[in-house]
Amino acid sequence: MTANAVYERLKARFGERVISAQLEAKDPAIRIVPEAIAEVCAFARDDSELRCEALSNQSGVDYKADGEIEIVYHLYSYTHRHDVILKVRTPRDAAVVPTVEGVWKSANWMEREIFDLLGVTFTGHSDLRRLLMPEDWVGHPLRKDFVEPEEYHGISTRRESLLR
Amino acid sequence: MSLAGYEVAVEQVGPHGLETEEMTLNMGPQHPSTHGVLRFVVKADGEVMRQAIPDVGYLHRSIEKIAEKVGYHGFMPYTDRVDYVAAMFCNQGWASVAEKLGDITVPKRGEYCRVIAAELNRIASHLLSVGTMVLDIGAITPFFHAFREREKLNDLLEELCGSRLTYNYMRIGGVAWDLPPGYAEKVLAFLDRFEPMLAEYDDLISANKIYVERCAGVAIIGREDAFAYNLVGPNLRAAGVRYDVRRDEPYSVYPELEFDVPVGPGEHGVVGDSYARYAVRIREMTQSARILRQCFRQMPDGPVIAKVPRKFRPPAGDAQVRVESARGDMGWYAVSDGTEFPYRCKVRTGSFAAMAIIDKVSAGLMLADLVTVIASLDIVAPEVDR
Amino acid sequence: MTPPPLQDFLDGLIADGVFGALPPAIVYALGIVTVAAVVIFGFVLNVAGVTTFIERRVWARIQSRIGPNRVGPQGILQWLADGIKLLMKEELIPAAADPRLFKLAPYVVVMGFVAAFVAIPFSSVLIAADLDVGVLYITSVTSLVVVGILMAGWASNNKWSLIGGIRAAAQIVSYEIPAALSIFPIVLISGTLSTQGIIQAQGWAPWNWFIFYSPFTFVAFWVLFTALLAEGNRTPFDLPEAESELVAGFVTEYSGARYLFFFLVEWGNLYIIGALMVILFLGGWQVPPVTDNAVLLNLLQLVTFVAKAYLGVLIIMWIRATLPRIRVDQLMSTCWKYLVPISFVNFLGTAVWVALWPHGNRPVWSLMTLLGFALAGYFFYRVGFHLRRSRSELLLSPFS
Repeated sequence: MTANAVYERLKARFGERVISAQLEAKDPAIRIVPEAIAEVCAFARDDSELRCEALSNQSGVDYKADGEIEIVYHLYSYTHRHDVILKVRTPRDAAVVPTVEGVWKSANWMEREIFDLLGVTFTGHSDLRRLLMPEDWVGHPLRKDFVEPEEYHGISTRRESLLR
Repeated sequence: MSLAGYEVAVEQVGPHGLETEEMTLNMGPQHPSTHGVLRFVVKADGEVMRQAIPDVGYLHRSIEKIAEKVGYHGFMPYTDRVDYVAAMFCNQGWASVAEKLGDITVPKRGEYCRVIAAELNRIASHLLSVGTMVLDIGAITPFFHAFREREKLNDLLEELCGSRLTYNYMRIGGVAWDLPPGYAEKVLAFLDRFEPMLAEYDDLISANKIYVERCAGVAIIGREDAFAYNLVGPNLRAAGVRYDVRRDEPYSVYPELEFDVPVGPGEHGVVGDSYARYAVRIREMTQSARILRQCFRQMPDGPVIAKVPRKFRPPAGDAQVRVESARGDMGWYAVSDGTEFPYRCKVRTGSFAAMAIIDKVSAGLMLADLVTVIASLDIVAPEVDR
Repeated sequence: MTPPPLQDFLDGLIADGVFGALPPAIVYALGIVTVAAVVIFGFVLNVAGVTTFIERRVWARIQSRIGPNRVGPQGILQWLADGIKLLMKEELIPAAADPRLFKLAPYVVVMGFVAAFVAIPFSSVLIAADLDVGVLYITSVTSLVVVGILMAGWASNNKWSLIGGIRAAAQIVSYEIPAALSIFPIVLISGTLSTQGIIQAQGWAPWNWFIFYSPFTFVAFWVLFTALLAEGNRTPFDLPEAESELVAGFVTEYSGARYLFFFLVEWGNLYIIGALMVILFLGGWQVPPVTDNAVLLNLLQLVTFVAKAYLGVLIIMWIRATLPRIRVDQLMSTCWKYLVPISFVNFLGTAVWVALWPHGNRPVWSLMTLLGFALAGYFFYRVGFHLRRSRSELLLSPFS
């Protein structure tokens, strides 16, 4: 299915909750309202035309200038061999997005990683805790304004510059 | 390294009304058989596991954040470390996504060099995976045979790009150097010696009754679970799904090459079990050898790298690229903001999902089977943590 | 039962007044114990050490590599170097471990192992003590090893060691049954439990060995071999020390000399397995009567016995290099569902056989010998095919 056709199908089903689409970009993507993402994903998985059996990639991008964090969902259909790319934007200070773990189990770890590194809370997630960083880490490292702590458990992170 | 977050309600009364206690064991991070620095918190009832909860992050090196600091060209050596066992594919993934962002076409010969390097690396990675799998199950000899062949491959790759493990061979726009003179003869001589060795391998271990009993029927992951957990590569093919990024979403010069895509089950066992995952990897090595022979026949002459400016500034936007790594489809997603530093770089690897599925698959397995499962899913720690 | 030369020597010493007022019986006893200890420790520990070296070289050739060849000519002194190194290492005891049991465990294991050598003959006169219950004594004393292993696993205060120890206990105790049941046919046939008696009931030629006595004893040979492999924690039954799962199983927390003891026992056990198979089934030290000189004859018997037992050891090493290990539940089901019924059938079959033909059925015995030779011939034919087909070049230079 072409990106245009996917966009039309989603718009027909979800109306206003599908905000816009960048169809001329290299990777055409469709912007969705955050509250509807779980429903849209469930539809994408179960609909016979879309049939996106797998969540191939779920990334978080921190757009500091816009004050928003964007979650990008790359869905892939093995039956129809097409990609469907969904994007969701949420404000940086209160980043809350519903989870799609109920649709694909692979979202479990991917959302944990986004929570860990970017600080986005996924409501409805079964086990939202840090994945890569230690449990007692403070801060979200992948954010653009992340400042490394001075020390961790007594080990200093400061060292003199290696550049002369 | 605490058990915070791993408490699970414990059943204190077992069958026959006998009071029983669950044992919480810690497997890793230092362990001879976890492939890299991985940790599992195992809740076991004697030998039978109730749950094996993976705990990752011991090898997290914030590679994705480093990309934002070092720029497109500078990031290439870091991509080797994303999966140091199959580093060529990571190089290829990053180069491809940067080329897609910047609308750069790689010359034909450059693409052939890439495919040659990648398929050699695929054979090396599968040899390591299969060798360590049989070693973990207890057969110490096939491991050495696999590494003997891998040593020769490392020498070939060293001749190509100067390094045995972290190659940094590919560049944005092509590859760093052309093939050295006489390379085709050396690789073809190696393949002539290697392919009968695979048959020897089969004689030695693949049909061994003890090995089959250990692997067949263990940790069956079917089609539906594989899709839900986003398993890729040989793990997915062992579940019966005939999907390979090289054939179904072709990139580079793979449309011009002829090869089969092996799927499970293996000669023994059922679809989706550990034996099928092992068998798929063995067969893929034969297909890689086939691809290599075709490449050397079909390679055109010409430049190996396109002209890419030093300060590479792709237009703003985002792009996603998939490459078929040894561990499956590796998805690279990059966001550009018009400067020479990527705004965001995300890599989704095959081992990441495989780690997640261990939690589900481990209930009811024995401790010895956990080792089989980890080895058959071909998990390497650097891919999981990046 | 002091051997005459020793008795004369000790009588001389008593007459010289070396032992003062000690009664002669005690002097004889002390003499026997000293000689036995010297011989056993002198032989046993060295054999165990040399076996480690030989095993590494044998594995290396199977795995297309060379193996240790630096220390001494062709690496012959490697085991000495390893032993000295281990003795010099720091001996760590985990803080939460049970110190007394932890320290005691290696000694219990070594006791169980060395004591078995008392009843193993080297030639017709060279035996520490020709016990009337020799075979029974060997099987019971080697079970002390289980106690030691359990102690080691428990006292280490390490869940993985505990799992290793329990696995070992379950395995060894279970496989005692097929082992003992496979020894009974031999006892029935030879009518004695004494090791020298069993050997003397056989002859020097293969058609007088018990392995070919009847189809039941032939099967009993293989069952006993499998069961003894399991008793010795050797692959394919080496789950208690499975490196890939339990780091080192029940010996994980041990270092230095205590570690050395555990491994000496494992490798020395190989020799006991080989020796038991040879005593019970392969004619022991019997040689054709080529000479009248007693010393020369005994030397010949010694060499024959050690050579035959060592052949068994080499086969065990070969098996270890080739086969993977089986899982605990498969191990248990192999023992209880397959080996135990088979060994019961063997036992009953042999009982009937001995009742029917008290002195052996000569035609069947010879037929079985022919079958045995045919099997061996076929085996060497297959091995020879692979030897001729294999590539012997070592790929040393990558750019040649």
